[in-house]
Amino acid sequence: MLSTTVKRSVRLTRHLQLPLTRQSSTAAEPPPAGGHMPSISTSKILRTTRDTAVRTPGLSWVDEDASESPRVILGGRETRKMNTYQAVRDAMSIALMKDDNAVVFGEDVAFGGVFRCTMGLAEEFGRERVFNTPLTEQGIAGFGIGVAAMGHTAIAEIQFADYIFPAFDQLVNEAAKIRYRSGGGFNVGGLTIRTPTMSVGHGGLYHSQSPEGFFMGAAGLKVVIPRSPIQAKGLLLASIRDPNPVIFMEPKVLYRSAVEQVPIDDYELPLGKAETLLSGSDLTVLSWGTPLYNCESALHMFAHPPPSIEQYVPKSIRSAKIELIDLRSILPWDVETVVESVNRTGRLLIVHEAGLTAGPGAEIAAEVQKRCFLKLQAPVRRVTGWDTPVALQFEKFYIPDALRIMDSIVDTLTY
Amino acid sequence: MSSLLRLRIPRRVPFGLRAIQTSADTTTLAQPPSDHSQPFTVTLHEDSFRAYQCEKPDLEVQVTKDELLKMYKEMQTMRRMEMAADALYKAKMIRGFCHLAIGQEAVSVGLEHGIQPADNVITAYRCHPFAVMRGGSITGVIGELLGRQIGMSRGKGGSMHIFTPTFFGGNGIVGAQVPVGAGLAFAQKYLEKPNVTFALYGDGASNQGQVFEAFNMAKLWNLPAIFVCENNKYGMGTSAERSSSNTEYFTRGDRIPGLQVNGMDIIAAKHAVEYARRWAVEEKKGPLLLEFVTYRYGGHSMSDPGTTYRTREEVQRMRSTRDPIRGLQQYIQEWGLASEQELKQLDKEAKAEVDAAVEEAKASPEPLPEHLWTDIYYKGTEPPSMRGREREEVHNY
Repeated sequence: MLSTTVKRSVRLTRHLQLPLTRQSSTAAEPPPAGGHMPSISTSKILRTTRDTAVRTPGLSWVDEDASESPRVILGGRETRKMNTYQAVRDAMSIALMKDDNAVVFGEDVAFGGVFRCTMGLAEEFGRERVFNTPLTEQGIAGFGIGVAAMGHTAIAEIQFADYIFPAFDQLVNEAAKIRYRSGGGFNVGGLTIRTPTMSVGHGGLYHSQSPEGFFMGAAGLKVVIPRSPIQAKGLLLASIRDPNPVIFMEPKVLYRSAVEQVPIDDYELPLGKAETLLSGSDLTVLSWGTPLYNCESALHMFAHPPPSIEQYVPKSIRSAKIELIDLRSILPWDVETVVESVNRTGRLLIVHEAGLTAGPGAEIAAEVQKRCFLKLQAPVRRVTGWDTPVALQFEKFYIPDALRIMDSIVDTLTY
Repeated sequence: MSSLLRLRIPRRVPFGLRAIQTSADTTTLAQPPSDHSQPFTVTLHEDSFRAYQCEKPDLEVQVTKDELLKMYKEMQTMRRMEMAADALYKAKMIRGFCHLAIGQEAVSVGLEHGIQPADNVITAYRCHPFAVMRGGSITGVIGELLGRQIGMSRGKGGSMHIFTPTFFGGNGIVGAQVPVGAGLAFAQKYLEKPNVTFALYGDGASNQGQVFEAFNMAKLWNLPAIFVCENNKYGMGTSAERSSSNTEYFTRGDRIPGLQVNGMDIIAAKHAVEYARRWAVEEKKGPLLLEFVTYRYGGHSMSDPGTTYRTREEVQRMRSTRDPIRGLQQYIQEWGLASEQELKQLDKEAKAEVDAAVEEAKASPEPLPEHLWTDIYYKGTEPPSMRGREREEVHNY
C-alpha cells in the first residue's frame, strides 16, 4: 500500500507543477491553468475580518473584572491584524500582565527569541521576569518544574521542538507524574512549555521534526498545537492557565505566514476540543498544525483537479462532501468529535507530519476503528511523514503535501 | 575508599591535600559544662571540613543537651524506621523499590536541625528520613511504602515519592531533582523570601549532565540553592573512584564554592548546614556545594546485598568505627549529659514509636481501584475517559 502510494505520488508529481502560492488577482499574469490553489496566506481557514474573528467558535472572553456583567455584544471587541508570533507574544504579554508570578524563560527569549515571539517582553516586564537561560534543555524543563512546583506560572521556551528530547525525561518522568506520585499533594500545573514545531521545507534533521506523538502516552501532560494566530493566542492563554503542565507546540512556518484579525482582549479557547473547519458527509480529514493548509489545498485540488491529473480523480467522486477537522489538542485528544464525524462519514483520513509508525495517527486510527468498526466503509488511512529522518534534501518529499493527501482522498473514497 | 584509608595523614602534608575526617566521635568539649540547661561549646576535629574557594566554618560550636538528646532520639528513630521497612520488604509486604538510608542518619537529622521550617528540601530516592524530618510522619512513610491510603502520597507514590509542603519529594530519576531544586530556589528569590533550597543528590548522580546545568543556572542567577552531595562512596554498585574523574565532589561546582563535611558527625553536619544557610540567606552569596562524606550500610536498594562490590569487612569496619549514632551516644555519655540507661530508654521509645506506626500503617486500606484515575489531571480538566487495564474497564470522569 505504502509503496504504491509513493509511486503514484511520484508519478503524479511529474505531471504537475503546482504553483506554491496563490497569485494575486491584480497580477499581470493570467491565473494558473489549474485555477487558484489556496496557500497559507490566502487560506479560507484564516479569519481575516474582525467580524469573523470575534465569532471564533468556542472563544470565551476573560474579562479583567469578573463582577462586571459579561459583554455579550461583540461590538465592543476590537481586533488587530497579527501573525502567529505576534499573537503568541500578545498572549504572553497578557499572562505576564495579569499574573505577577508569571515568568518567561528560555534560550534567547530576552532578545525576542529566534522567532520573535518574546519581542519586547523583557523591556516591558523586566529582566527578572523574562530572562535568557543557558543552552540547557533538560535544565530548563527541570527548572520550570521547580518554579511551577512553588505555585508560580512558568512559561518556558524550548527553542525548537527537536531540542525537547534532552528534556524528555523531566517532562515525562517529573512534570507528568508529580501530581499522581504525590497523591494529589503537589503539581506543576503552572508549567507551560512552548516550542516551535513541524517543518518549514528546509529545516532538516534537527529543525523540522514533529515530536507530539512521543508525549501521547504521558498521562498528566497536555499537548496542544494551534493552527492560526487567533487559535494560538486563545489556546496559549488557556494552556498557561490550565492547572496541568502543557506542552504547546507552535507550527513554525505559520509564525509569519498565517495572519488573522486577532481580538486584542483576553480570551481563551478550550483545550481537549477539536474544531470542525468544514462540514461534510462522505469523508473526514483530521489534521492539526501546518498540514491543515495542505489538506485545504488537497480538497481544492480534489474538487477542481488541474488537467494534468484529472484522469486520476474519477468524476463520480469529485462532488464528495469532505469534513475537515482540526484536532488542536493531541493529548487528551477529542475522541468524541472525531468518532461522531466518522460515524457520519464512514471514512477517515489522518494527516500529520510525524512519521507513520507509532505516530499520533496510529493511536487515533486504532481508537476510531474500535469505536466505528461497523460504520467504516474504508480502512482508516494515514498520510504522514515517511519512516525516515526528516532529511534536508528530501524535506518537501517527506511532508504530506497536497498531492499525497488528494491521492489518499481518492483512494479512500473509491475503496 | 582511598580517602578513608589515609585518614591520619601526618601534619606536614600541605593543607589542601589533607583528607576529611570521617569519624563520628572526634568532637571534644571546649570546656566542661557546668549547667546542662545552658548551651555549651564543643570543638570539632580540625579536619571536619575541607573548603573550596570559601572559608571553612569555625570549629567551635554551641550545642545544648536537649538538642543533642533530640538528635540522638531522631537518628535512632530513623534507623528503626528503615529497619522496619527492611523487615516489611523481606516479608514481601513492601513491593517495588526501596532504598534505605541506614548509616546516613547524621545527614538527614543534621540537615533538619540546621535549617528553618520554611526552607525547601528536595532529594532523590533515598528519601524516607527527610520526609519524616520535614514534617511527615513515620506512619505516613511506612504507609506509603506499603501502598496504603494512610501513606503520605495516599499510597499512590511508593518509596521514592513522598512529599510535605516544604519537602519536594524523593525522586526516582538520578539527578532530575537538582534542576528542579534550582527552580524552587528561584521562586524563593523571586518572592524575596528569606529562605533557601537544599537540593540533595548522591555521588552517583553528580555525573549527570543536568546536575551541571543546574549548577550553572544557580550561579548565573545567584540563587539561594545549596547543592548537597551525599557521598556514600558508591553509586549503586560502582565506587566513586570508578565513576568519577574527580571524587572531590565539593570542588565540582566550578565557580560555586564548596565545603566537604564529615557526614558521620552530626554536630559537624548541622554546623555545615547552618553555615550554608547563612551563606545563601543572610550573606546572599548564591549557591554553595556541600559534600557530606557518609556511608550506607545496606545495599543500594533491597535487591542489592551490597557486598559484591565492597567487602563485608569494610562495611563492618564502618559500622563499628564510624557509626553516627554511636558517635553521638559517646559524646552524650562522655560529656555527662545522660546515662547509658537514659539513652536505652530513648532507644526503647524510638522502637515503640516505629512499631506503633507500622501497625497503624498496616491497618490502613489500600487505595481504591478508582484512585488509579485520580490525580492525573487537575480535577475537572481530565479527558472525558481513560482506559483501564482491560477492554471493558474504561473510566469516565
